[in-house]
Amino acid sequence: MFPSEFEYLAPATLDEALSLLAEHAEDAKVLAGGQSLIPLMKLRFAAPAILIDINGLPGLSHLQEDKRGRGFLRIGALVRNAALERSELLKARYPTMAAAAPLISDPIVRNQGTLVGSLVHADPQGDWGSVLLALEGEVVAKSATGERRIPATKFFDGPFTTVLRPDELAVEARVPAPGPRSFGTYLKLERKVGDFATVGVAVSVSTERGVVTRAGIGLTGVGPANIKAVDAEQALVGHRLTDKAIRRAAELAAAASEPRTDVRGSADYKREVVRVYVARGLHQALAAKAA
Amino acid sequence: MHRSITVTVNGQARTAEVEPRMLLVHFLREVLDLRGAHVGCDTTSCGVCAVLVDGVPVKSCTMFAVQVDGKSLTTVEGLAGNGQKHALQEGFKEEHGLQCGFCTPAMMLVASALLEENPNPSEREIRWAISGNLCRCTGYQNIVKAVQHAAATLHPQPAGRTE
Amino acid sequence: MAVTETEPSPGWLGKSVKRKEDDRFLAGRGNYIEDVKLPAMLHMAILRSPYAHARITSIDTSAATALPGVVAVVTGELLAQHNLAWMPTLSGDTQAVLATDKVRFQGQEVACVIAEDRYVAHDALELIEVDYEPLPAVVDPFAALAEGAPLIRDDKDGQTDNRIYHWEAGDPEATERAFAEADRVVTVDTHYPRSHPSPLECCGCVADVNPASGRATIYMTSQAPHAIRTVFALVAGLPEQNIQIISPDIGGGFGNKVPVYPGYVVATAASLLIGRPVKWIEDRTGNLISTGFARDFHMKGELALTDDGRMLGLRVKMLSDQGYAYADAQPSKLKAGLFHIVTGSYAMPAAHVITDGAYTNKAPGGVAYRCSFRVTEASFLIERLVQSAAYDLGMDPAELRRKNFIRPDQFPYTSATGFVYDSGDYEAALDLALEKAGYEALRVEQAKLREEGKGKLLGIGIASMTEALGAGPSRDYDILGIKMFDSAELRVHPTGKAILKLGVRHQGQGHETTFAQIVAHELGIPPDDILVHEGDTDNTPYGLGTYASRSTPVAGAAAAMVARKLRDKSKTIAAHLLEVAEEDLEWEIGRFSVKGAPDRSKTIQEIAFAAYTDHPPGMEAGLEGVHYYDPPNLTFPFATYLVVVEVDAETGEWKPRQVVAVDDCGVRINPMIVEGQIMGGLTEGFAMSAMQQITFDEDGNCIGANFMDYLLPTAWETPHFDLYETCTPSPHHPIGCKGVGESATVGSPAAFVNAVVDAVAHLGVRDVDMPVTSGAVWEAIQAVKGGG
Ligand SMILES: Cc1cc2nc3c(=O)[nH]c(=O)nc-3n(C[C@H](O)[C@H](O)[C@H](O)COP(=O)(O)OP(=O)(O)OC[C@H]3O[C@@H](n4cnc5c(N)ncnc54)[C@H](O)[C@@H]3O)c2cc1C
Repeated sequence: MFPSEFEYLAPATLDEALSLLAEHAEDAKVLAGGQSLIPLMKLRFAAPAILIDINGLPGLSHLQEDKRGRGFLRIGALVRNAALERSELLKARYPTMAAAAPLISDPIVRNQGTLVGSLVHADPQGDWGSVLLALEGEVVAKSATGERRIPATKFFDGPFTTVLRPDELAVEARVPAPGPRSFGTYLKLERKVGDFATVGVAVSVSTERGVVTRAGIGLTGVGPANIKAVDAEQALVGHRLTDKAIRRAAELAAAASEPRTDVRGSADYKREVVRVYVARGLHQALAAKAA
Repeated sequence: MHRSITVTVNGQARTAEVEPRMLLVHFLREVLDLRGAHVGCDTTSCGVCAVLVDGVPVKSCTMFAVQVDGKSLTTVEGLAGNGQKHALQEGFKEEHGLQCGFCTPAMMLVASALLEENPNPSEREIRWAISGNLCRCTGYQNIVKAVQHAAATLHPQPAGRTE
Repeated sequence: MAVTETEPSPGWLGKSVKRKEDDRFLAGRGNYIEDVKLPAMLHMAILRSPYAHARITSIDTSAATALPGVVAVVTGELLAQHNLAWMPTLSGDTQAVLATDKVRFQGQEVACVIAEDRYVAHDALELIEVDYEPLPAVVDPFAALAEGAPLIRDDKDGQTDNRIYHWEAGDPEATERAFAEADRVVTVDTHYPRSHPSPLECCGCVADVNPASGRATIYMTSQAPHAIRTVFALVAGLPEQNIQIISPDIGGGFGNKVPVYPGYVVATAASLLIGRPVKWIEDRTGNLISTGFARDFHMKGELALTDDGRMLGLRVKMLSDQGYAYADAQPSKLKAGLFHIVTGSYAMPAAHVITDGAYTNKAPGGVAYRCSFRVTEASFLIERLVQSAAYDLGMDPAELRRKNFIRPDQFPYTSATGFVYDSGDYEAALDLALEKAGYEALRVEQAKLREEGKGKLLGIGIASMTEALGAGPSRDYDILGIKMFDSAELRVHPTGKAILKLGVRHQGQGHETTFAQIVAHELGIPPDDILVHEGDTDNTPYGLGTYASRSTPVAGAAAAMVARKLRDKSKTIAAHLLEVAEEDLEWEIGRFSVKGAPDRSKTIQEIAFAAYTDHPPGMEAGLEGVHYYDPPNLTFPFATYLVVVEVDAETGEWKPRQVVAVDDCGVRINPMIVEGQIMGGLTEGFAMSAMQQITFDEDGNCIGANFMDYLLPTAWETPHFDLYETCTPSPHHPIGCKGVGESATVGSPAAFVNAVVDAVAHLGVRDVDMPVTSGAVWEAIQAVKGGG
């Protein structure tokens, strides 16, 4: 409950923030919602010398669609989970995200925590990573020297590590706009509100004339990082969502998981939950499409 | 290095010098002597430290005091007005929504934010809204009733809404 | 059996008076330990061992001591110089204050920093260097008792193994005979997992020792301040009159705040040595990793039955994992507490209970977590056994209970293990629960869902619990030799207002209201006019404290008895004022009037005024008294809890759909408060059955030392409760009360577990250990599938 000493910097502009990051790089940590970083600092598992608080920066609170190209959703670095939970846009067009948002931590923590902060934190039990993998999103990173867009599939680099450089600020996450016939959901097995996932499954499918044109499946809590169940996804593309196809995809997703036995359950159990949840998610997609 | 911060707490501007590492809950309790926010864990789990920052519930153990510079805070000490109990305070007493009292200030503050957003919440909506606040004594049922009691006082409805 | 008269209950009993204590909590003006601030106060932080079992080879505190703002660093070595490195536990064992030779559990207190500021104190903790030589950790109590196990308590003279106690109850021969006659024997072998009471406020103290006067004032989160003062006098060798323990408002206790903890002792010693007040506020990790845990009983129960479902005998073997010290607050004659209440609500002709306690490399404790000395584990075992037996017999579990209940005409009933049950009507409670739940319709729905085979299942679990509480009669019950009476002191002021002082200490149970109602009922002074004062050893009569559901049975009785003493004196004064003989007066609540002339009367307020202004010649002035109540027997509340759960057969996920509780705690003084206690208890029962657990890996590392790993249910998971009551007064309690603070924690876990097992019983599942996680349910289903 008593963090170590640090220097606190609260830049007022993005440029100022980026130059501070360039200057302090390894010694500094970005403070966004603080709901992962401050708990670590309270236990002194983290003790950054400098905190760069980005909460005062303008222009990072946007949650909106951009029509350029095939269109995409932009989630600014200061968009809180509570805003995502309440967003009508997400409910209407990004059901995987709308399903995940209310299952992350608890209502008070959601008032502070950000999606982008969660991605950068890269907790293998974090939920947003799986969602972004399923939706084939990307992270936009800025530094004093430039900007780059990192696909979710390249962003994570093991437990609690990403490819983001210490001088970079993640300014937003992007998710491709859904096709005309798309559905998705997020199913999470948690022991109570505020618990991290025993198993989390993000599902997203697009169809044309009943045939799957794109499938995304992300898995939480069943490996050293969030997992994109590529084989399962590929097995669906080009097929109708029949019971058989769903069963096959669910089995492939279970096979892609690498769970460990712990107090939350045995590895066998978690793998089975992956199988059941993927099947359920896809059945829901089928039902939603039929409706 | 101390920093000077100015915060509006329960309507009053307060200025103080604080170390950046000082958690908001310690600032409230030790510097401002507002003791209604408690500490019950070290993992941001229990919610007994919750206060409102610009009307939004936050766990004051997971925010630094320097972060609220220029913001407006409401603590339990600011709930009652003119010597009158707030409807939530009435509700908690009438419905026996508290036992040891340790989680109560935070529960009421979170409930007050809920009632701002949703004046007539159902049992499910209340349970959802307070699911970031632990209580070990009451089993929550009377807290739900207390919030409904307050809702009825603040926004009398023709008929009680059920699920 | 009836020792004191039981009265019918008009007046202030049975009234849901709003709580007098609420206003200060609602305003954020409670006065909890963290709120106590004294001038020149210092802050203490504790360094804990990372190892479960290790020899300490050196401790270097120089860098920590040199840090600006640090006043002192206390180690076991320093304490040893003052003979304070070890202290007695409430069960007559010893426990280290700060480790000197070895650490014996992960999280053990190794050194303390005393600093001007809490942040600095924690900075200094990082600067203390301790060298450890790791030793093999003993984490399994069975392994602890095996030949050649590493000796944990090598500090204790004469201790050659890890056994703490062996204790038996019942009649082995009669039980053998019963088993020989039985048609069948049903067995349940289960572990009641290590749980932790986890009140939301952790422990703490502010010790203020004045080196000039030698007087120690210690503010402390204690449920039992008087007993703690006596222990302090013994530990520190301070004269008892120089120690004042003040228990301010307590943010929940549940048994966690009964023992003496090292933090209290070090803070007091430091204050004595430094000459300034020292404050110690425990953090949650410290609370979970080192303070009084609960349960951790490995139990094997065998129930002998006839083919038509008559219970003949019960045989139980229990091994308790106590951690490295036997540190419960346990009646000294009862090594496993009241665990021998394990025959439950049933007319069990014979029983034999064998209990052992073992040391392991875990935190000390084994406190009675919302439980009267281990009745929780006992109740769980018998109620699990009864359900298993019903399946074995092909009988309805409710029917099997009904068939074997102790009948109302059998009370007082002497059980096979020696309890004398005071009163009960178990069938009435069961029937009411079945009716309210719609039991028959539920069974139909259950069968239908099983037939549909869509993976959704319904389970119905029952527990018909009887507990024993209100310790206790002085012939059998003492803690460290101090008899388990309790006390009340009542003073009525000249204006007719009163102060009631008690030896117990509430932590949310509503004493300030309930006990005022008892006095109001006896004397007619309204509860609002009575201040209830507890938790200050200088200003309350001696008592053993609030835990084990004993406050109303013992201290509540004392309150009634002292009020009656004052009523007797009031009668003499009234006779004097009205100039009649005492025999000519009659009492109705609040006044004495002349028989046949009701308008000639004196109110209690007038009498109180006269006690100071116009008392009869020869009589002592004042209206004041004290009563130490020695209960003639325990009380035996009972309940039936019925839980309906929905289970997902594919994933093992389950959730309660309906919870019906029928409680019988005798007379209810304040029904609102009683129901609050029951709902809180049900929630903890649900919590234990569903999620609360502290485990250890093979090296003795604690898994469950924070609220991300040790799970407490939120409002979202916690079910809605439907409460009902029956009322069977205790025949020996002055106002017929039995105590209720813990009934639902004691009884409901079995109902939750029984319900989940019931949902999958048709598949062949008979048992799922607590906590019943979805994974555990799934594994249980796989096990019966695999086994064919
Ligand atoms: C009780 C509790 C329960 C939780 N349960 C869940 C759960 O179930 N599922 C889940 O996914 N999460 C959970 N979380 C984590 C929570 O969602 C966090 O809010 C989130 O993971 C981090 O977001 P943040 O904005 O709070 O980041 P911070 O804590 O501010 O930062 C986290 C890390 O990311 C870095 N960072 C943050 N933003 C940026 C940026 N824009 N650019 C560069 N670096 C950045 C920080 O330097 C830090 O290293 C829980 C947290 C708590 C306290």
